[in-house]
Amino acid sequence: MSSLVKSRSRAALIALFFLMLAGFPLLDQPFYTELVTRVMILSMFAISLDLLVGYTGLISFGHAAWFGLGGYVFALLGTKYHVTNSLWLTLPAAVLVTASTAFMIGLFVLRTRGMFFIMVTLAFAQIFYFLFHDVKALGGSSDGMNLRGKPSAALGPWVPFELSNTETLYYFVMILMAALLLLMTLLLRSPLGCALQGIRENEHRMEAIGFPVFRYKLAAFTIAGGLAGLAGYLFAVLNSAVNPEMLSWHQSADVLLILILGGMGQLWGGLIGAFTFVLLQELLSSFTKLWHLWLGVTIVLVVLLLPGGMISLSERINSLWQGRRT
Amino acid sequence: MDLALVLIQTLNAIQYGLLLFLVASGLTLVFGVMGVINLAHGSFYMMGAYLAFTLSSLTGNLFVTIILGTLLSVVLGAVLEWALYSHLYQRNHLQQVLLTYGLMLIFEEMRSVLVDNAVHSVEVPAWANFSVPLGSVMTYPAYRLFMSVICLAVALGLYVLIQRTKVGARIRAGASNRSMVQILGINIDWLYRLVFALGVGLAAFAGMINAPASSVSPGMGSQVLIVSFVVVIVGGIGSVQGAMLASLLIAFADTFSKVLIPDYAGVAIYVVMAGILLWRPEGLFKS
Repeated sequence: MSSLVKSRSRAALIALFFLMLAGFPLLDQPFYTELVTRVMILSMFAISLDLLVGYTGLISFGHAAWFGLGGYVFALLGTKYHVTNSLWLTLPAAVLVTASTAFMIGLFVLRTRGMFFIMVTLAFAQIFYFLFHDVKALGGSSDGMNLRGKPSAALGPWVPFELSNTETLYYFVMILMAALLLLMTLLLRSPLGCALQGIRENEHRMEAIGFPVFRYKLAAFTIAGGLAGLAGYLFAVLNSAVNPEMLSWHQSADVLLILILGGMGQLWGGLIGAFTFVLLQELLSSFTKLWHLWLGVTIVLVVLLLPGGMISLSERINSLWQGRRT
Repeated sequence: MDLALVLIQTLNAIQYGLLLFLVASGLTLVFGVMGVINLAHGSFYMMGAYLAFTLSSLTGNLFVTIILGTLLSVVLGAVLEWALYSHLYQRNHLQQVLLTYGLMLIFEEMRSVLVDNAVHSVEVPAWANFSVPLGSVMTYPAYRLFMSVICLAVALGLYVLIQRTKVGARIRAGASNRSMVQILGINIDWLYRLVFALGVGLAAFAGMINAPASSVSPGMGSQVLIVSFVVVIVGGIGSVQGAMLASLLIAFADTFSKVLIPDYAGVAIYVVMAGILLWRPEGLFKS
């Protein structure tokens, strides 16, 4: 009974959240509409990483490589080589290219464990960073590239929507984010998702009872890579620009931070983390030039005092409250 | 490439390799003994360079600067270990990564507040400010040779400390089996503090001694950090000998790829790393 009430109030909360999110652009504040678009994109990026870190127990420190790669696929196809600017071609291309690259790199990095995995993913991400930093054929430059324009949604003569409109882009990202959350829910309930969580709990036992652990991990790595590529694609579209910093290890650290801030291994953790991170960034940079200093202090305090992330706050307050009553 | 150029690049590679070793050896010890991933380790190198810049203008003497700076850094390392890092040993790797990332941001920002964001240089001391002729046309700065010799001496000192002394035996024991060391009644808290302070001191020393040979710039910490990670992976976590071999290997790969394949130079060391990991997934010397 209580779980039914809980799941009902949860559903109501989710519905309310999306209603508010959908109504937000009606306030007609283009700056904030764009800001929330960015938050949603970052949360998609964080959710894709959560599949690895929170659900499979693989701490990747190179996830920004897929984020940047997704953006660069669009930049190369649409701007540098003038192949196509069509949304319907470039978006699947970005996801496919990042997923298949993640598959190939995964074959390699997933042979390592623990600390080695953290550092090897970092090192591989550096390879991609330097490729897009140095190699001219890939648009290599420290300044990156300005894009020719937003991807065109035209299907022949019919143009269903224009992504150059701030609000349209907002709703486009919102729908994709909702789809991602749905996909993650289904994935986590599927046999694959259960196996991944089993691997997180005890890899050796999973191996011993006959699960092909390596293949499952590779599947998670590939899916997470493709989804991060999608987020990176959207990020490039939002900014109308790409640059190597998208692939830098600072970006990988920031997305891990978003996940920790929100609470990893929790579907909504990525979203809450992204909101917290961007708000923190805006808030801190509005009253101090030294916002990195305060960000650093916040990180240190969160890790020392709140290891479960923002999502654990409610439980903490609850337990405090109950502790006082008894 | 003619012979003189090869010789110059070889000298550069050796010098870079030794410098890298000083930074990476501390990183690999902290990894191996305490099991902590320390992203702020590059900041200690950066701090060393900025200390050299600030102190040398105050004292006017590089020798005094380096001794003073190293002492300051060792004290800082011990304090940091006591105040922050000692809380990390029981935490998981993810939390270690994040906390030390936060520290790195704090150190970088402190640097911009206390000094500034500009690129600086430190004067080469007058007695080393000349060039040694190599072949008929090329020359090589004497300070760089001097630096290599000093780095080599420090590396040898570290080797003796780790391999030949009682403290070193404890450090090695800590790297291979932490709980056993504790059970044997060795005061692990002080061992950890010592190892950490040693690592900070070595990184800062590297930053100081390298300051006159190159520039002192804001991004230097995170750059050396990532390369040191590669060294630690290639050498094997916790192995000082591994770090030595890997430092030289990475330095040669980096130096020669910059001459031979400039476009792909940034990628070269990672390709070397990937190749070595294919062959030995736990590094050259696994502990």
